[in-house]
Amino acid sequence: MHISVFDPVSPEAGRLLWLWDASMWICGFILALVTLSILYILVRYRRRGPAEPNQTTGNPTIEIVWTVVPLGLVLLLFALSIVTARAVDHPIRQAPDLVVIGHQWWWEVHYSAMDAVDANEIHLPTGREMLVAVESADVIHDFWAPQLSRKVDAVPGKRNFVWIRVDRAGVYPGACAEYCGQQHAWMRLRVIAQDPAAYETWLAHEAQPAAEPQGGDAALGRMRFGQLTCANCHNIRGIQKQQQYAPDLTHVASRQMLAAERLENTPANLKDWLRHPNVIKPGCYMPNLNLSDSDLTQLTAFLETLR
Amino acid sequence: MDHKRIGILYLSTTLVFFCIGGIEALLMRIQLAWPDNHFLSPDAYDQVFTMHGTTMVFLVVVPLLLGLANYLTPLMIGARDMALPRLNAFSYWVSLFGGILLYFSFIDGHAPDAGWFSYTPLSEKGFSTRNGLDYWALALLGIGVGTVATAINLIVTIINLRTEGLTIRRLPLFVWMVLVNSFLIIAALPALNASLVMLLIDRQLSAHFFLNLGGGSPILWQHYFWAFGHPEVYIMVLPAFGIISEVVPVFSRKPIFGYGFVAGSTVAIALLSLGVWAHHMFAVGLGHAWDYAFGASSLLIAVPTGVKIFNWIATMWGGSIQFTTSMLFALAFLFSFTIGGLSGVTFATFPIDWQTTDTYYVVAHMHYVLFGGTLFAVMAGVYYWFPKITGRMLSERLGRVHFWLMFLGFHMTFFIQHFLGLDGMPRRVYTYPNLPGWGAMNLISTIGAFVMGISVLVLLANVWISLHSGEQAGDNPWNAWTLEWATSSPPPEHNFNRVPPVRSPRPLWDLAHPQGGRA
Repeated sequence: MHISVFDPVSPEAGRLLWLWDASMWICGFILALVTLSILYILVRYRRRGPAEPNQTTGNPTIEIVWTVVPLGLVLLLFALSIVTARAVDHPIRQAPDLVVIGHQWWWEVHYSAMDAVDANEIHLPTGREMLVAVESADVIHDFWAPQLSRKVDAVPGKRNFVWIRVDRAGVYPGACAEYCGQQHAWMRLRVIAQDPAAYETWLAHEAQPAAEPQGGDAALGRMRFGQLTCANCHNIRGIQKQQQYAPDLTHVASRQMLAAERLENTPANLKDWLRHPNVIKPGCYMPNLNLSDSDLTQLTAFLETLR
Repeated sequence: MDHKRIGILYLSTTLVFFCIGGIEALLMRIQLAWPDNHFLSPDAYDQVFTMHGTTMVFLVVVPLLLGLANYLTPLMIGARDMALPRLNAFSYWVSLFGGILLYFSFIDGHAPDAGWFSYTPLSEKGFSTRNGLDYWALALLGIGVGTVATAINLIVTIINLRTEGLTIRRLPLFVWMVLVNSFLIIAALPALNASLVMLLIDRQLSAHFFLNLGGGSPILWQHYFWAFGHPEVYIMVLPAFGIISEVVPVFSRKPIFGYGFVAGSTVAIALLSLGVWAHHMFAVGLGHAWDYAFGASSLLIAVPTGVKIFNWIATMWGGSIQFTTSMLFALAFLFSFTIGGLSGVTFATFPIDWQTTDTYYVVAHMHYVLFGGTLFAVMAGVYYWFPKITGRMLSERLGRVHFWLMFLGFHMTFFIQHFLGLDGMPRRVYTYPNLPGWGAMNLISTIGAFVMGISVLVLLANVWISLHSGEQAGDNPWNAWTLEWATSSPPPEHNFNRVPPVRSPRPLWDLAHPQGGRA
């Protein structure tokens, strides 16, 4: 059975797992001691007759032993904690590579190198220590990808940091880990780790603005995008500028998932999402605009050009 | 106003709230039984999980323990009633009023839905526009007042009304733990009440204690709340430790091993519990100084807790164990609470917390200490003291059915949640993606929850049947040694016709062994 915390792909997650293993030895030892003692007692000392047993009241020596030994064990755990904490939270002497901002209920992702903004899916190069800054636009969220590093809260008015070096290319799940309202469950994320060359290619493409569609349903959809107030929340670089009130759509069609891991990103699902976001993700702030079939077809066609 | 009637009122009321909180849990477990379920909407789920936590913490565990303390304390110290009977009655009724106010929120249209500890800014007006949170704050204020009043009453009673010869160092350990617990309540509850008032002022009068805009801080709420909230979880466990300290010796036929160390470690736990609160905040990014300090204090508190476990085991060692239902629950406590305590140690090893906090691993931990710990201890206490309170024995046969269903159901529900958390499942989610194993693990957990539900029905049946046709208990069916067993079952209104002389923590043992039978 695959357990994410037990499958680290970064040195940071690896150190956290090492500490877990150490604690399991110590805690396992104590649990075994307690359990075996109880089992022994149940067999050896069950009541066999009316005689009352030896009325022992205590033994100061053994009290000292079972105070001092656990004290030593917790001191050991404390020392290991300090060592691990220093190995996971490296000192910060640079600007962050990524800035991730939590919103109810999606992730805004800024790539400092390219001045590019995306949403919910985070790309990282393998083999490089990346500094991720974590902030919040509204309530407290928490950024967590268990195979990659520790979790850290996204607190409004505060900037937190997490270091990640992914050693193996792949797709790694993550989630918001601080209850943040109705759709906390679907404020998930994924980290897509790519070899450095592939990453640079992706990043260069990500920095490109979108192009105005030339004709057909896509062009009609682009017009409706502006008319139907979509543009009031969603930014599309090169086509319609807006602040990050809602997920950036510049490259929405090249994402793997929609609505923060809620749906697979296919044209059919995209259309379904546009039809009734409140049914797919009840409570989300995207309104149900009661779009007509033609609007849905045209908007979907337009959004599908945003690769 | 008689403390026994008030105690029974507490026990009956908490039984009702326990069933309500349990139904809330079952509703949650149905929703989580498979991925992308549509049994409860997210809005409904959020109200249910908030009410489940709030109910269990404030309307079940604390009043249950204080209700038992209320009933037993005067009896165990040879007194006629609590020192302040009118305050006692007031405490009960104001707590009940708080409970009703909390549930009235459903009728007003929307129960609170920001979790049982209502982090800001989510719980502020801008993000929680309905009245549910105001009901939550007001209800908890009422309940908080009742709790503090009871704590004061218990302290005054224990200090002033002990029978002759009953020095502090001869107190039954249940009473000692209730005493220490009462001081902890007085230290911690005011922090809650102050925080609730500030939250209400933020929400109703547009202040900004806990909002950045205006100079406040959302993190301040966490500090204030957990300054109450962490001692609160020890408030929810110390009297349970007291129950175990009464039950285990009697059914081992030996005195408690290391009386002084068990008593002393209680004080250590109470004092340390005031200095560990920020271990709930290891992921907030307070900085390593905070993490180191609170990691150290949280690891330290494991030591006096372990001392107790070892002393209880040493009590049984060399004893003559009677496997009554009460003792079965006490044994289940020892095993389950140890697991819960050890998972707590993994949190105190704070970098591990950076993976496990806010996941189902926490849900597992908290239920292991509160259900596997406190509730199993309470069950031990129920089977032990039901005869004293009602005059009738609970059925041992039904008791065994109850025990095994509850024990197996409990572990089935919660052990697997450790793994869900370690695999990445956050808490407080109304559903989850179809990741490998998540559906199966959640389904197992749900089935376990229903097994526990059935066990509660067996308990209720046992109580009902035994009340009507249970075997007559007599004064001292367990051959126990503390003063409550030196009067009839149930006791007369004035508690004792004659209080036996007290020369040790076990007055009835001394009466039965006049030569001083330290065999």
